[in-house]
Amino acid sequence: MRSNPADYELLAPATLKSILSILADEPGSWRPIAGGTDLMVQYAAGNLAARKLVSIWGLRELRHIDVLPDEVRIGAGSTYTDLRANAIIESEFPLLSTAASWTGGIANQNRGTIGGNIVNASPAADSLPALLVYEAELILVSVRGERRVPYVTFHTGYRQTRLAPDELVLAVCMRRRYSEYQAYARKVGPRNAQAISKVCIAALSRLAGGVVDDIRIAMGSVAPIPLRLKETETTIRGHRVDPALVSMAQQRAAAEIQPIDDIRSTARYRRAVAGNLVGEFLNRLGSGNAR
Amino acid sequence: MSTTTHQPQKSEISFTVNGQRATVHAHPMERLLDVLRQQVNLTGVKEGCGEGECGSCSILMNGVLVNSCLVPILQANDADIITIEGLASQDRLHVLQQAFLDCGGAQCGICTPGMILAAFHLLSKNPQPSREEIGEALSGNLCRCTGYTQIFESVAEAARRSTGR
Ligand SMILES: Cc1cc2nc3c(=O)[nH]c(=O)nc-3n(C[C@H](O)[C@H](O)[C@H](O)COP(=O)(O)OP(=O)(O)OC[C@H]3O[C@@H](n4cnc5c(N)ncnc54)[C@H](O)[C@@H]3O)c2cc1C
Ligand code: FES
Ligand code: FES
Repeated sequence: MRSNPADYELLAPATLKSILSILADEPGSWRPIAGGTDLMVQYAAGNLAARKLVSIWGLRELRHIDVLPDEVRIGAGSTYTDLRANAIIESEFPLLSTAASWTGGIANQNRGTIGGNIVNASPAADSLPALLVYEAELILVSVRGERRVPYVTFHTGYRQTRLAPDELVLAVCMRRRYSEYQAYARKVGPRNAQAISKVCIAALSRLAGGVVDDIRIAMGSVAPIPLRLKETETTIRGHRVDPALVSMAQQRAAAEIQPIDDIRSTARYRRAVAGNLVGEFLNRLGSGNAR
Repeated sequence: MSTTTHQPQKSEISFTVNGQRATVHAHPMERLLDVLRQQVNLTGVKEGCGEGECGSCSILMNGVLVNSCLVPILQANDADIITIEGLASQDRLHVLQQAFLDCGGAQCGICTPGMILAAFHLLSKNPQPSREEIGEALSGNLCRCTGYTQIFESVAEAARRSTGR
C-alpha cells in the first residue's frame, strides 16, 4: 500500500556541514535521500521504514567529478548522466560509463547517483563490479572527519556495509592507470534498460607478450555482495589464452561464485552464464578485441 | 493503524512551471506527480506504475527528464519544471505533438505526454538522432498500445520537420 506523506519528515539543508550535524545529532534516525530512485520505490510500495529523511540531492559538495593527475574523484552525488557525460570516465573507465548506460532509462539516469547505488548495496547493482575491478576507494565523511576505505572492503554481507550511521559517502576515487587494459562489460537480463541483471560482469586485462599479465573480473548477482573473482583471476594470470585455460577458468568461476535462485533467475542458470561470460571475455582477449 | 500523535508540518514550496511561478503547501514527501496533478491542475502528467518503470509521469526538471512519481516535492523547491502543457504555444501544437498526431504515435494517450517530453529532451540535445538513439532515449517510457514503431517514426518526423530536412 502507498505511504502517507504526512507520516514522513524530509529536510533539505543547503550545506554538507549542516547535513552531517543532523546525522551526528541522532545517529541512525535520519536517512539520506539522493535521487530517490531506490528509496522512493520503497516509499511507493509502503516499505520505507525510515521516517526521517534528509535530502542530499544536488548538494554542491557531492556533485562534481575532479580529474586529478593520478586519480579521478567522483562525488557520490554524481548521476549516471554526469558519469556518461564525462570524457575522461568514458575513455579511461569505460566499464563505469557502460554500466551507467544500463541503469534504467534516461529519466532514471538523470536522478540515480553512484553513491545511492553503493549504499543501496544491491548484489545486482550494475556499477559496482566496475568499481571492484578499478580497485576504487571510497571517501566517507562525518562530523568526525573523512576516512578513506578500499571499496572492496565496504560490503560486509547481504546489504550490509561499513558505513557508520552518521556517515555519508563523499566520493569514489579511482587511480588513472588502466589505459593499457582491455575492458569487457556485459549485462545479462531481459533487456539492458529498466531491467535488473540476472548476471553482470566487468573485467579488465592486460596482455604482455601474449601472456595475461594482469586480470580483474567482478560480477553482480552471483553472491550476497558484488563479487571480485580472485581465484579465477589467479587461474588466468601469467598464462597464455588457449582453450584449456578458458575451460579451466570457466570451471573456477562457476565454483567461486555463490548464486541463488530468485524471482529473476536460478542458481544453475547463473552458474552457466557466469562461465560463458568468462569464456567470452577470454576468447575476445585472445583475439585482441575485448570490447 | 497509525497512532502517531506527531503533527506533521506542511511546507511552503515554490517552483516555476511552464514559465509561471507556483507556490504550494505540501508535505515535503508528497510526490511531485501528485502536486502537479492535484494542486497545479496539470493532469497531462500521468501516473502509470508509480515506481519509476513506465515513464508516463516524465517531466523536465531543471532541463532534464525525470520521473515525477519518484521526486519528493521538497526536492523540486525552486526548480524550473516543464510539463506537456508547456510545449504548445497559444493554439499551435509543438512540432512533436503535431508529428505524433500525423504519424499515429498516440493511441490511448496515457504514455504520450511522457513520450513527447522524453523526445523533447532528446531533440534538445541531439536534433538529428538515429533510430537507435531515439530508441535509447525512449527506453524508459512504456507503451501498451502502439508497438513503438509509430512513436519512433513520429520522433524521426518531428526531427526532420524541425531541422528542415
Ligand atoms: C526504473 C528503475 C530502473 C533501475 N535500473 C537499475 C539498473 O539497471 N541497475 C542498477 O544498478 N540499479 C537500477 N536501479 C536502482 C537505482 O536507480 C540505483 O541503485 C541508483 O544508483 C540509486 O541512487 P539514488 O541516488 O537514486 O539513491 P536513493 O534512492 O536516494 O538512495 C539509495 C540508498 O543510498 C543511500 N545514499 C544515497 N546517497 C548516499 C550517500 N552519498 N551517502 C550515504 N548514503 C547514501 C540512501 O540513504 C539509501 O539508503 C533502477 C531503479 C529504477 C527506479
Ligand atoms: S508513474 Fe512514474 S514512472 Fe510510472
Ligand atoms: S498510446 Fe496507449 S500506452 Fe501508449
